[in-house]
Parts: sequence; structure tokens; C-alpha cells
Amino acid sequence: MDKTQFLLWVSLVLFSIGLVGLIVRRNLLVMLMCMELMLNGVNLSLVTFAQRGGSVEGAVMVFLIFIVAASEIAIAIPIVLLLVRHRLTLDAGAYTDLKG
Amino acid sequence: MLEDLLLILFAAAAVAGAVLMLLLRHPMRVALALIATMISLGGIYGLLGVHVIAVFQIMIYVGAVMVFMVYAIMLLDVRDPSFTERYSRLLWPGVAACTVLAGVLVGAAWQGKIPLFKGPGDSFGVQPFSAAFLNDYWLYFELTSVLLVVAVLAAVAVVQLRSTRRG
Repeated sequence: MDKTQFLLWVSLVLFSIGLVGLIVRRNLLVMLMCMELMLNGVNLSLVTFAQRGGSVEGAVMVFLIFIVAASEIAIAIPIVLLLVRHRLTLDAGAYTDLKG
Repeated sequence: MLEDLLLILFAAAAVAGAVLMLLLRHPMRVALALIATMISLGGIYGLLGVHVIAVFQIMIYVGAVMVFMVYAIMLLDVRDPSFTERYSRLLWPGVAACTVLAGVLVGAAWQGKIPLFKGPGDSFGVQPFSAAFLNDYWLYFELTSVLLVVAVLAAVAVVQLRSTRRG
């Protein structure tokens, strides 16, 4: 199998597993980690394409995604802390009243 | 040959870590599985020759993001229903929908609809990466610093919201 194709399969699998985890898991922190896994899958496909094409643009994009992931986690964890202080649970099902 | 073998090994480790993330119960073990996946992805990036991204993967993701996550898990050791029951009510609808999505993606990849442009396949080191950043993408590079400052301010604002509500 072609190396590019193989890595694209891996990134597809990682993204799908992250999406399944985000939907089916109950723990807020585990859901956040599944989002990180989805970002990692996307990063792998970007790096694969960039390396295949010999262009730097994909790597630059991956670097920007790293920054976005870092700031996302820096905001998400205080929000989770705030939610847990408020209701003393990490169960996403306990926050259904946050729906619009 | 050895390179291909290592690539397959790292990819298998990454996928195994991702599957373990779905199955393990304790958030700390999930975090360790995710760290294993990220380190394997760093190995894949290193094998592809994109050493800049491999270093960033280890330094930013494992070194900063996941350490922060592990710290939050240690801070919030809450034993609630999400600890005993891993999955929500959406388990089977979620699995079904994601199976459909994965089927569509696999079908597209199988029929070759994903464009695989044939390039020279040169790997690039730190120098072209930095040159591209500081010549072509300097505005985005500066904007990332603005984004990080805004994120820090937002985190401080969330913490202050908490303290004012308590007091």
C-alpha cells in the first residue's frame, strides 16, 4: 500500500474514533481528550499531504492548529472547573439544562 | 524497509491508544492512552522527515496540553456516575452515525476521490519552515500571539467570575 494512503487511513481512523468518543463518553474531561484526538487525526492528514507535496504550507497550518489547541485547552479546563464547582459532577448528562 | 516497519508499528500504536481511549474508564488512564497516541504520532512525523512538527507535537501537545489535562484530572477526582458508567445514552446512535460517516469516508478513499497529488516528496527541515513563517506568514504568526494573550485573559476572566460568584 502507498505510504500516503496508509497514513490517510490512520488519520481517518483516529478522527472517527475521536468523534465516537466525543459522542458516547460521559466524562467531560474524556470528551475534551477525544476532541484532541480528532485534532491529531486532522494534523496527521495535513502533515501527510504537506510532505507528499513537498510544500511548507501544511506544516504551517499544523503549527497554527497546535496554537489553537493550546488556547482551546487553556479556556476549556477553567470552564470545566467552573462547571464542576457549580454542580460537583463531571457527568455531561448533568448539564442538560445548558441546552438552548 | 526498517522505516516502513517502524511506520506501521507507530501507526498501530497510535490506533491502539485511540481504541483504548474509548474503552478505559478512569480519565487518567484515558489521558495516558492519548499521550501514547500523541507520542506515536510524533514518531510518525519524525519518520516522515518533518522534524519540526515532531518536536512541536512532543513539546506542545504532550509537554503542555496533556500535562495541563493530567493536572486538571488530578485536581478533579470526582467519583460520579460518569465514573461508573462510561457511556451515555447516545452510545448506539453515536456508534451507528459514526459507522455511516466512516463508511462514506472509506468509500471516498477507496474510489480514489481523495486527491493524491504526485509531488517530489521532499521533506523539509527547520530552515524552510522558519523562512516561510517569517516571510509569508508573519501576520498569522503575530496573530497567534494575540490569540494566546486573549486565551490567557479569558482563562483569568473565568477564574475571576468564579471567585466573585463565591464571594
